[in-house]
Amino acid sequence: MGSYSSIYNRIQVRGPFDPGVPLKHSSDTRIQSKAFSYWLGKIGDPQLGPLYLGWSGAASLAFGFIAIEIIGLNMWASVDWDPYAFVRNIAFLSLDPPPAKYGLNPLVPLGDGGWWILAGFFLTSSILLWWVRSYTRARALGMGTHTSWAFASAIFLYLSLGLFRPILMGSWSEAVPFGIITHLNWTASVSVLYGNWYYNPFHMLSIVFLYGSTMLFAMHGATILAVSRFGGEREAEEIVDRGTAAERGALFWRWTMGFNATFESIHRWAWWFAVLTTFTGAIGVLLTGTVVDNWYLWGVKHGIAPSYPSVYPSFPIPDEAARSVMQ
Amino acid sequence: MAMLSFERKYRVRGGTLVGGDLFDFWVGPFYVGFFGVTAVFFALLGTLLIFYDISQGDATNPFAFSVNPPSIKYGLGLAPLAEGGTWQLVTMCACGAFFSWALREIEICRKLGIGWHVPIAYSFAVFAYVSLVVIRPLLLGAWGHGFPYGIMSHLDWVSNVGYQFLHFHYNPAHMLAVTFFFTTTMFLGLHAGVILAAVNPGDGEPVKYGEHENAYFRDYICYSVGPYGIHRLGLFFALNAGFWSAVCIIISGPFWDKGWPYFFDFFLKTPAAIGNIAY
Repeated sequence: MGSYSSIYNRIQVRGPFDPGVPLKHSSDTRIQSKAFSYWLGKIGDPQLGPLYLGWSGAASLAFGFIAIEIIGLNMWASVDWDPYAFVRNIAFLSLDPPPAKYGLNPLVPLGDGGWWILAGFFLTSSILLWWVRSYTRARALGMGTHTSWAFASAIFLYLSLGLFRPILMGSWSEAVPFGIITHLNWTASVSVLYGNWYYNPFHMLSIVFLYGSTMLFAMHGATILAVSRFGGEREAEEIVDRGTAAERGALFWRWTMGFNATFESIHRWAWWFAVLTTFTGAIGVLLTGTVVDNWYLWGVKHGIAPSYPSVYPSFPIPDEAARSVMQ
Repeated sequence: MAMLSFERKYRVRGGTLVGGDLFDFWVGPFYVGFFGVTAVFFALLGTLLIFYDISQGDATNPFAFSVNPPSIKYGLGLAPLAEGGTWQLVTMCACGAFFSWALREIEICRKLGIGWHVPIAYSFAVFAYVSLVVIRPLLLGAWGHGFPYGIMSHLDWVSNVGYQFLHFHYNPAHMLAVTFFFTTTMFLGLHAGVILAAVNPGDGEPVKYGEHENAYFRDYICYSVGPYGIHRLGLFFALNAGFWSAVCIIISGPFWDKGWPYFFDFFLKTPAAIGNIAY
């Protein structure tokens, strides 16, 4: 049996620095910062860089920097500018969206959620510019834009959570706060508030594609590593000119489960599973509170969730108390 | 014959772990082998037992079909067939089928002269299943802690067990597993995207190869892990997702019996947090 490395590289090849293939049509040139990393070389390619910046990359980084500054300075202000308290509490600090009384008003006092709107604007701009960059970099190399459209699916989920659903619900307060623990608390709470998201069928689909993506990457990654002794990691070459690596990889699955993908089609399976994870998740988000108020009761009504006996007496909620909670 | 154009030269004798040449043949596209025979035996018996158990109930909606584990009162003993004994037999069949499948994959790897990465990866998924229906019930002292085999009933089980611990999102191993699941999916989207982009560059463009894939990610995010590295990274993250999923359910109950949000109370007792967090 041949010797090959599965967990880390035992031998690191340090060839000359690869400056990258020529760009077809770009106004700028690459930043040729030459660096090799021993530790990155343990798991993959040791070469760091070069980097193409360009106008969209520079603007994206600037907007992202502004967003993080707004979030960080608001957190710091919330502990009266005490640097020690800021560091100690960093996990719990938060920049929250405006309270429900402002609705969708874009002109909210800065200290009452206005900073959240500004941070969201700059972060969204940064992410959209980073998407532009993913597209222009592919085009400059004469490649397809498949990566950009996969990224767009993730952005759709992000925008559904922070922009589209709050607009549908008519209130910024429905959006996710900026904070390490607080955005996790928001995620936990929104499930329970809307009657247990496990019974949201699009949440179910999203989980299926998330688990499916992980299973596909385990199957695909393991197959490629297993046939790497035949050069199987050169996937594009094997797609256009099939060699024994692709043949053995295909036959492994054919003999195991009676069906095989090809070196190209496995990446189509993978792309769709990854894209549908966030896409179906976004649909589940957009339906929550807009179309369905309680996913558990929705499941009971449609015969997919069990109904449990009512053990608590009916408890009338006074209008006044309900209204003050809704504020 | 269900054979690919290049398949005949790969269909050679040998590589079996057990049984020599006895089961060294193919049925259609499937390789058989000794473990193929045992896998079919366990899978067929388990499936028939599932249908037998369903036929004894009165559910007519396929979503409601369920083979339920025995009551807690039977502990780690055998239960009567109608009261969870079938579930115990189905679980034995499932374990037998999954172990057979992993060993059959090893035989196929040996036959093709390729690495054992797939059966090793598959064993992580089997470990996660065994954690749920064998390891954790053993640690808790009753088979009744296994999950029921049904389309909706296993989801109800996940929901109910999760909320028994108040909220499973606060389980630190669950947090790790979720992070690995999300990251694996992101890596998968990036990897699949760049391979499809290289070989489908659009009209009039020549197909691209590794140097363009590297150049794309270096231009885009300043680093390309490389064609070998991305598969190692993806496999590593995917296996960690499965492994920490198994850990997160094994520790729930046997090693932590309070709500998972309380797990983080230790932080409130550290000097870093005292007097800083007002609840």
